[in-house]
Amino acid sequence: MAETREKLLEIKNLKKHFRIDRKHTLRAVDGISFDIYRGETFGLVGESGCGKSTAGRTILRLYDASDGEVKFHGENVHARKSKKELKSFTRSMQMIFQDPYASLNPRMTVKDIIAEGIDIHGLAKNKKERTERVNSLLKTVGLNTEHGNRYPHEFSGGQRQRIGIARALAVDPDFIVADEPISALDVSIQAQVVNLLKRLQKDHGLTYLFIAHDLSMVKHISDRVGVMYLGNMAEIATSKELYENPMHPYTQALLSAIPLADPEVERTRERIIVEGDVPSPISPPSGCRFRTRCPFATDICAKVVPEFQEYKKEHWVACHLYDERYADQMKQ
Amino acid sequence: MKKLLEVKDLSISFDTYGAEVQAVRNISFHLDEKETLAIVGESGSGKSVTAQSLMRLVPMPPGKFVGGSIIFDGEDITQKSEKQMESIRGKDISMIFQDPMTSLNPTMTVGKQIAEGLIKHQNLSKKAAHDRGVELLKLVGIPNPEARIKQYPHQYSGGMRQRAMIAIALACNPKILIADEPTTALDVTIQAQILDLMRELQDKTGTAIILITHDLGVVANAASRVAVMYGGKIVETGTVDEIFYNPKHPYTWGLLGSMPKLDAEGEELQAIPGSPPDLADPPKGCPFVTRCPYAMKVCEQHMPDYKELSSTQKTACWLLDERAPDVEPPESAIVGGTEVHG
Repeated sequence: MAETREKLLEIKNLKKHFRIDRKHTLRAVDGISFDIYRGETFGLVGESGCGKSTAGRTILRLYDASDGEVKFHGENVHARKSKKELKSFTRSMQMIFQDPYASLNPRMTVKDIIAEGIDIHGLAKNKKERTERVNSLLKTVGLNTEHGNRYPHEFSGGQRQRIGIARALAVDPDFIVADEPISALDVSIQAQVVNLLKRLQKDHGLTYLFIAHDLSMVKHISDRVGVMYLGNMAEIATSKELYENPMHPYTQALLSAIPLADPEVERTRERIIVEGDVPSPISPPSGCRFRTRCPFATDICAKVVPEFQEYKKEHWVACHLYDERYADQMKQ
Repeated sequence: MKKLLEVKDLSISFDTYGAEVQAVRNISFHLDEKETLAIVGESGSGKSVTAQSLMRLVPMPPGKFVGGSIIFDGEDITQKSEKQMESIRGKDISMIFQDPMTSLNPTMTVGKQIAEGLIKHQNLSKKAAHDRGVELLKLVGIPNPEARIKQYPHQYSGGMRQRAMIAIALACNPKILIADEPTTALDVTIQAQILDLMRELQDKTGTAIILITHDLGVVANAASRVAVMYGGKIVETGTVDEIFYNPKHPYTWGLLGSMPKLDAEGEELQAIPGSPPDLADPPKGCPFVTRCPYAMKVCEQHMPDYKELSSTQKTACWLLDERAPDVEPPESAIVGGTEVHG
């Protein structure tokens, strides 16, 4: 990969906290930083409650950020914007949702669902052009033009997800956040949707933030992957490097927990099984947030928050195991 | 090995407003003692209806028992009265469900829910049932069981709720445990814990397990035999090695090809085109005919017979007929040589 890659998004120390009541705050996203380059797919993985969906939504300004900033084309996403500015900004960022049943309005025809963005942004001069655009979008995602007159309930899950994709594409975005777009689908249909997303990326020069909990699918579709744990980023690397050489103990455990479709491997494999459950993000552990489940944790992990550092080229990890300053304390 | 359960030509339908949906169509399989049989398939393939029918949990109506038999302990379950079923459920056959939050009773403490079966089936006193409950919670790895047994399900995490469900299911030492997508709602690290626990408990108690799942990784990890369901029929069955290393049905090939391989570079996934058949109007012949790249004329009209490929593997596909052309499985369906990192 060349050094001249253009940063499409720069995310710096992004935080999103939800206030529960006067005393408690849920720190869903608690200071994550990363860049997304133009034309790549950045995968974001983690278990439920790790803040990956909140991160995706905050990046799009569906949520206001509590702290930190997101720069898109060098412009601050969360800055004060006039209605007009906001409108032109939302056109360039779109989202595909997890649940294809809940994210399509049941009282609108597929044609109107897809054309909603076209109407709002005035992208079609007349009715004929609108219909043409919708039809070409339907074809792009592998549906028939007559499907446009039907309602969402007449479609299967995989087809609905295609409608959601067509809707996102309708306004010619640069960047799409796909929040668990395949989790609700069957395996054979998942592969269809993933192949479609990949093809569209090539044809339209799209950049994706692909959020999922299924590490094997993320590995397949992403160029780079970030692993989140309890609101923090544990590790970022290219997907190949992350799989072949996971450095953070949490990533290692996550990879080793995925059951592989190969009985021989499953029988002989040594697993790293992490004990217990994910702690509450309302009162996360001190120091490193993974320490309560980490097999390598020592005293220092409870005292000092590990810094997120680039230990190898393009491989960022937040763990004391690799920090020379703590080499002595981590040896025990 | 002794056969514990034998299902013969089972068919179950549902009366709906428009038509009769034939969810399970003429399936036969058996379960040996102490084994784990996985039933794999996509949503709507009939795997959950099959599992529920073994405990007669299919609501009737709208469900309808069309034909066949389920022989357990020499007796046909389909012929039993509701009263007789009550003495089998939870005692000889028990079940754990996909979503532990909605299948536990939110208004009862976990302890009470474990004790229910023990008091009914084993005539234990309240005190004895409570003590056994503590033992069971300890067995399934819940820390501090004396305190936890008094808590309600909402005070448990997702993984712990599934552990509690397993404790309830195993309370009366059932001969068969049916696990319907037991780990689908859980995160991978918790899934690994639960699968480990199930294996450990099976070693201890010798319970036979029927595992319903759509995840081939879980199958490879936990099963000894596999039945692949599609469109209400079992299309292929065999030992776990036969299904993964020597699959013969194009649908099994398709399933194996749709899974991303962790060690492979980003080539296209081999998706199965189209979508599953409408079981209100199932295809006359093989249910997979509309999506099968090798479909022939005969497939549209006639359901193929099972061909016995070994004493354990049976496949229903016209490609195995001697008059059919030779077809090799696609490369994407070949399992093996996976390197494990991390």
